[in-house]
Amino acid sequence: MLDPRDQQTLVVASSTGHLGPTIFRSTDAGSTWQEAKQPPAFRPAQGSETPRSVSHTFWLTPGHADELGVWWAGTSPQALWTSTDGGDTWQSVDGFNEHPDYEKRTEDPTAGTPDGPVMHSILIDPRDADHMYLGLSGGGVYESRDHGATWSHLNNGLETTASESRAETIPWEPVGPQHDPHCVQLHPFHPDILYQQNHCGIYRIQRPDDTWERIGRNMPDNVGDIGFVMGLHPEDADTCWVFPMDGSDVWPRTSPGGGPAVYRTRDAGASWERQNNGLPKKGWYTVKRQGMCIAGTDPVSIFFGTTSGELWASRDEGRLWTKIASHLPEIYAVEVAEI
Amino acid sequence: MTANGATVAQALADLNERFPGIRFRMVDEQNRIRRHMTIYVDGERVSSLEAPTAACTELVILQALSGG
Repeated sequence: MLDPRDQQTLVVASSTGHLGPTIFRSTDAGSTWQEAKQPPAFRPAQGSETPRSVSHTFWLTPGHADELGVWWAGTSPQALWTSTDGGDTWQSVDGFNEHPDYEKRTEDPTAGTPDGPVMHSILIDPRDADHMYLGLSGGGVYESRDHGATWSHLNNGLETTASESRAETIPWEPVGPQHDPHCVQLHPFHPDILYQQNHCGIYRIQRPDDTWERIGRNMPDNVGDIGFVMGLHPEDADTCWVFPMDGSDVWPRTSPGGGPAVYRTRDAGASWERQNNGLPKKGWYTVKRQGMCIAGTDPVSIFFGTTSGELWASRDEGRLWTKIASHLPEIYAVEVAEI
Repeated sequence: MTANGATVAQALADLNERFPGIRFRMVDEQNRIRRHMTIYVDGERVSSLEAPTAACTELVILQALSGG
């Protein structure tokens, strides 16, 4: 992750599987790298506590523009960490990690997906460094107004994996791993507006409302509103892009009906249009939660990468798609950097 | 190289003084030897960091590679 505040600092999460998790950092735009002196690590367990050990850092977010050197990280098991020295040393954010409801809020690391439950979408309000959001997959969306000291759930209106599979047998609860946001985005110029692609639909919220609206209900029935990415137009807060995947009975996580397509709304989710010009007529693409990136303005460019190693681009807001790279390894994340 | 200590834990602490961060590559924050690490004291595999090394002449730390 490149620090937009200095365009020089790069922070990278690493976990080889053999040597444990760590963080590497560069302060010269990648020419040289150093390992963090103190990567994220839980405190030793006490008494009958379940010992927590960082498996990997999943998410990195540079801090607020006014807080040079501050970074935030989300790990699996789900925990929040912060650095005030450009990523060299990391401290536990105890307001989340040591909260009495920690185990109720988060997903059991032994029961999550194969890569483990993750903390992602750490979002900083550009107007206020103390105002933050984060996403837990599973676990839901949380909000802090005091720089991470305390957190409240922001899950009202979200349908859950429990209600999806066993409707009417399990009552809706505001907290817990049955909530599964896949990607949450805060609009940079309209930071009261957030969108999310959830395991159970596409949602929008406009603060100070505290209830999400399932705008994915307006997607075509034969496509549905399941997926992982959420891409926002950098200026128009009513426009966003999603990449639907098959979320029916067995959740194959591939393009519905074998027809890959991006969908765009320009009216805050009231209606959606299919954008597949240039994409294969038949294809079973999977795009992960960090696999779409929006860049530039008038018109914006959109990029997405597939787990089959294809990178696609549109230079005209999704009207025409061109494959710009293929035969890559599995693509986890797509970012645009200005060189 | 030479490392000093009456236990594996102390020997790793000594190593970490000279090579900061190396211990965390071998042992997690709950003092558990990482899954792909094996430690031998004079040819005997040990599973605890409290294994004595006072009389040890050879401490071997092996990293198992997996995944093909």
